[in-house]
Amino acid sequence: MSDLKKEWPLWEVFIRGQHGMSHRHVGSLHASDEEMAILNARDVYTRRNEGVSIWVVEAKHIGASSPDQKGPLYEPSNSKVYRHPTFFDIPDDVGAM
Amino acid sequence: MYAQMIKSEATLDDPEKLAAFQARIDAGDKIEPKEWMPEGYRKTLIRQIGQHAHSEIVGQLPEGNWITRAPTLERKAILLAKVQDEAGHGLYLYCAAETLGVTRDEMTEMLLDGRMKYSSIFNYPTLTWADMGAVGWLVDGAAIMNQVPLQRTSFGPYSRAMVRICKEESFHQRQGFDIMMKMCKGTEAQKNMAQDALNRMWFPSLMMFGPSDKDSTHSVQSMSWKIKMNTNDELRQKFVDQTAPQAEYLGLKIPDETLAWNEEKGGYDFAEPDWDEFFEVLQGNGPCNVERIEARQKAWDDGAWVREGLMAHAEKRAALKEAAQ
Ligand SMILES: [Fe+2]
Ligand SMILES: [Fe+2]
Repeated sequence: MSDLKKEWPLWEVFIRGQHGMSHRHVGSLHASDEEMAILNARDVYTRRNEGVSIWVVEAKHIGASSPDQKGPLYEPSNSKVYRHPTFFDIPDDVGAM
Repeated sequence: MYAQMIKSEATLDDPEKLAAFQARIDAGDKIEPKEWMPEGYRKTLIRQIGQHAHSEIVGQLPEGNWITRAPTLERKAILLAKVQDEAGHGLYLYCAAETLGVTRDEMTEMLLDGRMKYSSIFNYPTLTWADMGAVGWLVDGAAIMNQVPLQRTSFGPYSRAMVRICKEESFHQRQGFDIMMKMCKGTEAQKNMAQDALNRMWFPSLMMFGPSDKDSTHSVQSMSWKIKMNTNDELRQKFVDQTAPQAEYLGLKIPDETLAWNEEKGGYDFAEPDWDEFFEVLQGNGPCNVERIEARQKAWDDGAWVREGLMAHAEKRAALKEAAQ
């Protein structure tokens, strides 16, 4: 097997599209450093004008919630239905709101 | 397809966990890399996505063969862009496979030493410029047949890679068909070249979908896991139904005397490819197997100093930066 230390690190790529949207995760790639990661991201993920800004982050620096925690982690929002505007009944006479 | 003859790996997991996993798949959930999955699911996907990735990469070779000899500067630029897309497809797919715990280098080594395969279609040579037309039209056309339904596959990273790939594929098929149209409207000699390309590519394209369902024992588990979305014969039929009228439009003859519209089934009857030839090609005995792997091996070996050099440079710069802080 190959020497794993020799493999270029993995970078996660985020791209912001044309219309003032947030950067969005589009995929990952390998590169030796940040500069090269951005150049590679340009070639791999923006061949059709997909974006105007690229962020790259080395994958090992990303913290992630654990999939087993799905239930307990998001439970607190389940019971707070009043956070949604449709919870409130506003009479039609009031007009746009 | 780009992934042919993928045998579902046996799974020895706890039946209760397996049932819960299957229920998630049946409910249309996407499975994400860090979530629990059966070992067989993981292993089968590594094989399938890996083979798909290798096919995209090796698939650059038969088309790359014609970049420097394209008939016009515009055709050259188009072909270059198409082949560059295929490199991108390979990279999206390698990344998807890596989330399952295999490294890029391991996959490359498995390709080079024969433990992993790529699609049989890329073991056929591209002899004339018309082959660039036939490959885009037929080979990318067949790939689209398979990749469109795979956008709904159960494994999240694979599904997302497929969505990106499908967005790019129709350019590939159209540029191929466009070449065929041009050739067919050209001189007698050009039209003959187009016919010759179709003659050579037709049956190898049908082979891309893998053996007939009656001989394909690997599908059941993969289909219930939603790793495989349609049977080989379903997709092959769809491909023939779509392609036969296109050949007619071009004024070309599909090299199959038995090809005929069947009103009753609402599809074409057609001859199956020579499956002995297919298995021979998979065994490594196709016209270009040796050449393809040699080209990959050479790229891997010749690139070693670049991979190592850039890493050494990055480490040195990182160390300097740290020292300065
Ligand atoms: Fe592709
Ligand atoms: Fe393609």
